[in-house]
This record gives sequence, structure tokens and C-alpha cells, in this order.
Amino acid sequence: MEYFLILSAIMMFAGIFGFLTRRSTLAILLSIELMLNATDINFAVFNRFMWNASGAHEGYFFSLFSIAISAAESAIAIAIMINIYRHLKDISIDKLQKMKW
Amino acid sequence: MQSNFITMDFQYTLLILLLPFLSFLVLGICGKWLSHKVAGLIGTFTLGAVAVMSYYTAFVYFTADRLADGTFATFVPYNFEWLPFYIGNLHFDMGIMLDPITVMMLIVISTVSLMVHIYSFGYMHGERGFQRYYAFLSLFTMSMLGLVVATNIFQMYMFWELVGVCSYLLIGFYYTTAPAVSASKKAFIVTRFADLGFLVGILVFGYYTGSFSFDFTESATYAVGALHGVAPDCAKAVAAGGFILPTALFLMFLGGAGKSAMFPLHIWLPDAMEGPTPVSALIHAATMVVAGVFQVARMFPLWIQYAPETLHYVAWIGAFTAFYAAAVACAQSDIKRVLAFSTISQIAFMMVALGVCIPGHEATIDNHGSLGYMASMYHLFTHAMFKATLFLCAGCIIHAVHSNEMSAMGGMRKYMPVTNWTFLIATLAISGIPPFSGFFSKDEILAASFNYSPIMGWIMTGIAAMTAFYMFRVYFGIFWGTENKEYHEELRHHGHFGEAPLVMTAPLVFLTLFTVFMGWTLPGGFGAYVSATGTEYTIHLDPQIAITSVVIALVSIGLATYIYKGSSQPVAERMKATFPNLHQWAYHRFYIDEVYQFVTHRIIFAYISRPIAWFDRHIVDGTLNGLADGAHYIGEKIRPLQSGRVQQYAYVFFLGIVILFFILLI
Repeated sequence: MEYFLILSAIMMFAGIFGFLTRRSTLAILLSIELMLNATDINFAVFNRFMWNASGAHEGYFFSLFSIAISAAESAIAIAIMINIYRHLKDISIDKLQKMKW
Repeated sequence: MQSNFITMDFQYTLLILLLPFLSFLVLGICGKWLSHKVAGLIGTFTLGAVAVMSYYTAFVYFTADRLADGTFATFVPYNFEWLPFYIGNLHFDMGIMLDPITVMMLIVISTVSLMVHIYSFGYMHGERGFQRYYAFLSLFTMSMLGLVVATNIFQMYMFWELVGVCSYLLIGFYYTTAPAVSASKKAFIVTRFADLGFLVGILVFGYYTGSFSFDFTESATYAVGALHGVAPDCAKAVAAGGFILPTALFLMFLGGAGKSAMFPLHIWLPDAMEGPTPVSALIHAATMVVAGVFQVARMFPLWIQYAPETLHYVAWIGAFTAFYAAAVACAQSDIKRVLAFSTISQIAFMMVALGVCIPGHEATIDNHGSLGYMASMYHLFTHAMFKATLFLCAGCIIHAVHSNEMSAMGGMRKYMPVTNWTFLIATLAISGIPPFSGFFSKDEILAASFNYSPIMGWIMTGIAAMTAFYMFRVYFGIFWGTENKEYHEELRHHGHFGEAPLVMTAPLVFLTLFTVFMGWTLPGGFGAYVSATGTEYTIHLDPQIAITSVVIALVSIGLATYIYKGSSQPVAERMKATFPNLHQWAYHRFYIDEVYQFVTHRIIFAYISRPIAWFDRHIVDGTLNGLADGAHYIGEKIRPLQSGRVQQYAYVFFLGIVILFFILLI
């Protein structure tokens, strides 16, 4: 079980690191997906190792929901990015400072 | 059910109020799209209808049978509760009450107003704002009628203020000229200041007596459906403190003194002459300015019963005002100002007449002691007619020579015969020469004054002589005296010089008829209709007083003739040279306006208003401005946090999670 958790923790922090450092919004979106997937792994792993004996399946379903939501979220995010690109001809994050005030 | 039948007859009196109001609405709202002629005709015909109804009311009212005690019944065709006060059982009613003085005032107002409406066709011809002028005239007539038919003092106060507003609007009719604007402001502020006293008086009165109603003796006959108010319980007020009723009545009198231009609140009236002359005739000579007299007359039963000593203050204030105004009138050169001061003086005569009334046995009213009440109302009636005539004549003259100054006139009798004759008759009437109406009413006032005290009687006789003097001074100044030939020639070149058109002279003649006949042709005499107790009172001229006053008036007229009739006035010049200070003082109205100016600007503004303004600007405003500035400052400081750099937000968010993690760990 520990191996799975280490894997998900690495994925999580890789995602956070990517989110904070990358300039391209596309890369940031990928980082977000990485964080979400790390969480999904945790859901599945905890259900499998701790609650399987009692016949509970909530963790699996939660992963499924989360995958569905992340799919919708990336669709919207990409739509936003396309719009930004149309306006600014660029999708790097430091050009987006108009979003203040 | 007899009484109900009679009151039902008076249901139409509501129209007397509603018609001028409708006319005001129509002219005020649609005036822009109406031609001058149509607008004037709407106003005049409405007023004609009102006048017909007023005369009919008077006819029906005064020919009806008297009650068993010899008085005319008081009818209340309408009275409904408009606003409850939730203090005790007080409520603010609106209604119509008809009693002898109301009916008399209906005649005065509708007659003068109708004449002014007709006259204005000529006077205001082609003037800008003609429709607005007629709209305001209608509104004024409505408010003044509402004031006199009021069933309670609060309704009276409401219409009183409306009348004040109309006066303001009409004085400032030529609002593009600076003097008109400041005159209208002055009139409004001075009367408002006085009305504060009126309002406080009403509230004190209402609080202690539990009613605002004028139905003092509970004798009024209410029509079916009319609300029966509670009569003022004066005994309760007296029980709460003997000074309460006199104080309340005197406070109300302050309001009346403001409207009726009693010294020292008279300063607005001479300046009010900035308005169009027909307005001066209607408002500032004949109707509105007598509102104060009417108010005292309305509260008269209470004055005489509970505050006879205070009533005598009214008499002395009136006497001083009469003297002061007569003295000033002797030195003015603007004819409208002479007439304005003569108005102040004559209204003061009416106030004196009310003030010199003395209670009869056991503090009740009797017709002998309260002769002044009748005299005052009589003088109000006759004065309205001849003063309106005088002002309208002055309007004709000003229309012809385009100036208010006597120096531009002189010798006008050749050019304006009708104006000359009507002016002469009105002047004789105001001087108290028989058989004109002014003689009869003024004689009653003098009789009442002598009845109170010989000193007062002689003072008033002296002032009556001054009246004759200054009125004939202005008469000779306009129609005889030194003619300004060059100026008249020049005016003739431009046309328009000479007698006024028929539409202006006809009202003069009509009003003069009143002056000529009202004194001796009224069946039964004026006392048969209006008297203090309401019972019939036969006026008997006291030959001693009558002859004295006529002789003194004739002497003054002779003096004025000697001084001012000739084409040059050596005597007048010499008098001016002998008493230069006196003339200067009188010409500048004894510097009362300057005293006001000093008190308001140097004392009130400098030591009261300015500190208050400073406090307001720096402390009150400062606190709020400080709060606003503080919020703004903090906002400026917080603003940079919203940098727009998304990754910065995420970084802070992540940092927050780490901190929370450690907090939870601990």
C-alpha cells in the first residue's frame, strides 16, 4: 500500500510544482490533471486496502466521479484557453494580468 | 330637518373652491399650448362663475331667517377628517364653514379677483408668461377662498401657507429681474418667520383645548355626513394655566402680523410692489394682507373672553404701525410704495379696531364693547374695494408712463379722465369724506377707539388726518402738480400715451361703484350682517366723532392742496429744506430695513449662522468625510493583492494549506 501512496504523493507534488512554475497555461492544465489523478489513485487505494473486506465501494465510485469532473473541467479550460488565444495570440500565464481588479 | 334642508342648499359651495383649482391645473399644465386669449378667458370665466356663486351664497345666506337668538346660523356643508394626530382626540379636518364674515370675505375676494382678472387682460397684454400669470391668479384665489371657509385653524394654516406661496410666485413673476427675485424671497422669508409663531400657537392651542375647530359655541349646523368636530375646551386650557390661551392667541397673532404687515414685520410689503400691479391690487392691498385681520376676527370670541388684555397689545401694535406707515407714506416718491404704506396703515387701522374691543358683562361679547369687530370687518370690506381701485388706477398710470416715480407724472388729469375720477373718489374714500364708503367704516373705527380710550381715539384721528394728507399728496402729484412735459411728449411720439383701454377702465368704474354706494345703500347698514355677537346692530354715527374726523380730514386735504396742487411746490421744497433729516428718515422708511440688514447679517449671520456652518462643515461633515477617506485609504492598500498573476494566487493558496496542515497537526 505504501508504494501506491508514495506514487500518488510524487504525482501530487509534481502537479503542484508544475502548477506554480510553468508559464504555459496548457502545462498548468496538465499539472492540474496530474493532481487530480493522484487523488483518484488515493481514493482507489484506500478503498482497496482498508474497506474491501466490509464490501464498501464508495472509493471506486468517487474516482469515477472525479474522472468525469476532470474531463468536464479540462473541456472548459481548453475552451477558455482558445478564447484567450483569440484575444491575445498567446496563452502564457504572465500575459494574463488583465484579470485583476 | 329644516336645518338639513338649508345646508343641503350650500353643497355647491365646494365648487367655489374647486373651480379656481381646476382652472389652475388646466392653465398650469396645458398653458404652454394655449393662446394668451384662451388662457385669460378660462381664468376669467372660472372666476366669473365663482363670483356669481359667491354673490348667490351671500344673497341666500343673508336673506335666510335668523335663528331665535337673532344671529345668522353657521353652516358646515362639508367637513371630513383628513389627518388624525393621535394626541388626545385631535384631528386635522378639511371642510367648508359659512358664517357672516366668511360670506363677506367670499364677496370681497371674488369681486376683487374677478376685476383683477379682467383688468390683467389689458395690463399684461402680450407679456411673456401670460398663462402662468393666470394660473397663479387662480391658485391664489383658491387658497384665499380656502382660508376664509376653513372650519378649523389647521385648515386655515394650510391655506395660509398656500397663499404665501402664491404671493411669492407672483411677486417674483418677473423673475429675470434681480429686485423681483429678492423681493419675493424677502416676502416669503419674513412671513415664514412669522408663521412659525402661528404654528406654535396652533399646536399649543390644540394641545390644551383638544380641538382645532372654529366651532367655539357648538352652534354650527352640520350637513348630513359632515363630521362633527369637538369644540375647543377652553376651560381645560384655563385650568392648565391662565397664561396658556393668551400666549397661544398672541403667537397666532404673530403669524397674522407677518401676513398683515404689522410693525416690525412690515418690511416685505413695500418690496412686494415689484410684482405686476394687478397682483399688488389683488394680493398686497385687498385680500391676502387682510388674512391676519381675518384670523384675529375668527379667533375673536376667544380673544375677548380669555385674553382681553393681550388684545390691547394688538391695538397698540396696530396704532404704532398705522402711525409709522402714514409717516413713511408722506415722503415716498414711488406711487406704488405710497399705496403700499397706506395699505399697511389701513390694515393697522383694522387691527386697532379689533384690539380696542372690550368685553361686556361677565367677559362676554356685546355689540357695544365690541363695536370694533364690526368696524374692522366693515373697513376690511370697504378698504378692499377702494384700495383695489387705487392700485388698478396706479397700474393704468404706470402702463401709460412706464415709470413708478411721481417725477414722470404730473398733470395726468388731462390725459386720463376716467382714471383721474376713479382715483379721486377712492382717495376721498380712504380719507374718510362722506358719502363714500371709507367714511362710514373709518368713523366706526374711530368710535370704537374713543370707546376704548380717548388717547387712542385722538391718535387714530390724527393718523386718519395723515392718511388724507399723503393720499392727496400722491393724487396731486400724479394728476396735477408739475407736469413732466418733455417726457410726456416723447411718450406720445411712441403712441400708447393716454387713457387705458376699456378692459382696464371698466373694473375701475365697477369697483368705484362699490366705494360710492357701499356706505349708505346697504339695506340695514353693514352692522345688520356682521357684528361681534352676530345679532343685528344698527350703526349710528356719533356726530361729534364724525364731524371732528371729517373736519380734520378736510383740513389735511386743504393743506395737501395748498402744498402740492400748483405747478411748482415752493412750500414742499421749503419743508424739505427745513427738516432735511426728517424727510431723509421718512424717505428711507426710518431705516428699518437697514436695521434688519444689520441684525441679520452682522449679528445673526456672523455670530450664530457662521459658527454653526463651521461646525457643520468641519465637525459633522469632517466625521463622515474622515470615514470615507479611511475606507478609501484601506482600499488602496488592499488593492495590490489582486495582482492578476494566477500562479501567485495558487502559491498563496498552497501556502495556506501547508499552514492549516501544521495547525491541525498541532
